[in-house]
Amino acid sequence: MSAISREDVAHLAQLAHIEMSDAELDKMTGELGVIVESIASVSEAASADVPATTHPIALSNVFREDVVGETLTAEEALMNAPDSVDTRFRVPAILDGE
Amino acid sequence: MTDIIHLSATELAAKLRAGELTSVAAVQAHLDRIAAVDGGERGVHAFLHVNTEEALAVAAEVDAIRAAGGEAAEALHPFAGVPIAIKDLIVTKGQPTTAASKMLEGWMSPYDATVITKIRAAKLPMLGKTNLDEFAMGSSTEHSAYGPTRNPWDLDRIPGGSGGGSAAAVAAFEAPLALGTDTGGSIRQPGAVTGTVGVKPTYGGVSRYGAIAMASSLDQIGPVTRTVLDSAYLHELIGGHDPADSTSLNEPVPALVAAAEQGASGDMTGVRVGVIKELQGEGYEAGVQARFDESLEALRAAGAEIVEVSCPNFKYALGAYYLIMPSEVSSNLAKFDGVRFGTRVLPTEGPLTIERVMGSTRAAGFGDEVKRRIILGTYALSAGYYDAYYGSAQKVRTLIQRDFDAAFELADVLISPTSPTVAFELGSKTDDPLAMYLNDVATIPANMAGIPGITVPGGLSEGLPVGIQFLAPVREDARLYRAGAALEKLLEDTWGGRLIDQAPELSAATTEEVR
Repeated sequence: MSAISREDVAHLAQLAHIEMSDAELDKMTGELGVIVESIASVSEAASADVPATTHPIALSNVFREDVVGETLTAEEALMNAPDSVDTRFRVPAILDGE
Repeated sequence: MTDIIHLSATELAAKLRAGELTSVAAVQAHLDRIAAVDGGERGVHAFLHVNTEEALAVAAEVDAIRAAGGEAAEALHPFAGVPIAIKDLIVTKGQPTTAASKMLEGWMSPYDATVITKIRAAKLPMLGKTNLDEFAMGSSTEHSAYGPTRNPWDLDRIPGGSGGGSAAAVAAFEAPLALGTDTGGSIRQPGAVTGTVGVKPTYGGVSRYGAIAMASSLDQIGPVTRTVLDSAYLHELIGGHDPADSTSLNEPVPALVAAAEQGASGDMTGVRVGVIKELQGEGYEAGVQARFDESLEALRAAGAEIVEVSCPNFKYALGAYYLIMPSEVSSNLAKFDGVRFGTRVLPTEGPLTIERVMGSTRAAGFGDEVKRRIILGTYALSAGYYDAYYGSAQKVRTLIQRDFDAAFELADVLISPTSPTVAFELGSKTDDPLAMYLNDVATIPANMAGIPGITVPGGLSEGLPVGIQFLAPVREDARLYRAGAALEKLLEDTWGGRLIDQAPELSAATTEEVR
């Protein structure tokens, strides 16, 4: 397993939608390097025949009746919105440019 | 009469039912205590929000129902009128919920968590919302965007985390009861370092609906109190099936109060207690190890059969946890993007697109630890690393479950120190994330396997509390209360009273001076 590079961190930050300054990228790269190194042994712990556990107590097919339950009103849904218009959330341009 | 704030919740509830005390007086006594010790530069700072008006109104309602008598009074929950504090990760109508993050500053939840609905139905006045590490990520409450909480035993030390606010509130007699959440130890480790009791229930035993999700396959809401019996009452109140949480177990809540009452006799005859070989010795402070060994002796003298068990895969638990948890974090926290709720921060230069708004919102809204975990999780889930990291961590989870299964063949409950150290000084580990992560080495395996765990006070090391942890198989939470109450009784007999009563007095003057 390769060490985590500054370029990796910059790419991951972009994927995660977190803007980072150069200083932050440097600091984060160093810290993540140490953490990744310390957890790398996990990949050697389990052999191929060990099944994966996603949930500690597996429940399957948890359904409810297909009827309308309690829902938020548009007003309640929008009450914490940074910006809204009519009954919708408002955001700046989706695409770059005009 | 003992000071109102020093009563246990069970004692307080009895006085309310007997009419010796009103709920308004009980709530006011705790509000006065909060005003005296929580604020100021050297205050405990357990609370992010104090819910004065609503708490007094609910208390007055309970008093009126009790005074009128009849069926309505009979129908009241036994703990009606007993005040409670709520970790600020749990959403509440009418009070702000911040998760101790700038991202949710000023956010008001349009709905109540299921545990809050239950607390309202039982008419427990809510004193307010308690501090935590931002989005519950940390072991010291120093990652709160609103400043750290101080440990009531030593105001220069951490109260544990992430639920340091709830634990400190209970330890400082600001509340008799509190709610916490535990993803890797966030109820139990703060309980240990503040000399209080905390329980992480079986995964699915308490609804997670309305707990702001950190790592959904690990998170669990549970009680934070000063006595084992108080935790049992609160656990029974908040537990049970909830259709709004698809991981909620559709089973009745076990008889926890009865188990705690049985344990309070101190008799452990016939109970097999398994000492986990891997969770002691190297890395554990000598004072912690000494209190742990004394607890084992006390249990042995009370009739318990002490056996040693080995969980060889626990050495991978911390690493696997720091892959699974951040992976789930990176997904769960994607919704905080400045579009539908919470903070929105516009970029100061360049084109104003939604993508760039998200980037600057998350840069400004999240603290360093949250960012670290999101990036780490994004890395663990990314192409090329998924199998080696996330996939392997999930396999380790299976191995840890198998270790527990084998251990519970030999023992009814398992025991270990809750935390390898006592409370450390504020600021001493903030620059070393890895050192901070090691605080949860003994609590993480329970979350990985979904099993329940409790911490009970085990005595002092250099004047600071040490916690003892019991673990039980899934659905066997009652065993924790039996063993926990027994150890509590046995140790209190040797101390001549509760450990928390040895905590230094927090005088109002300590905090007034600097105001």
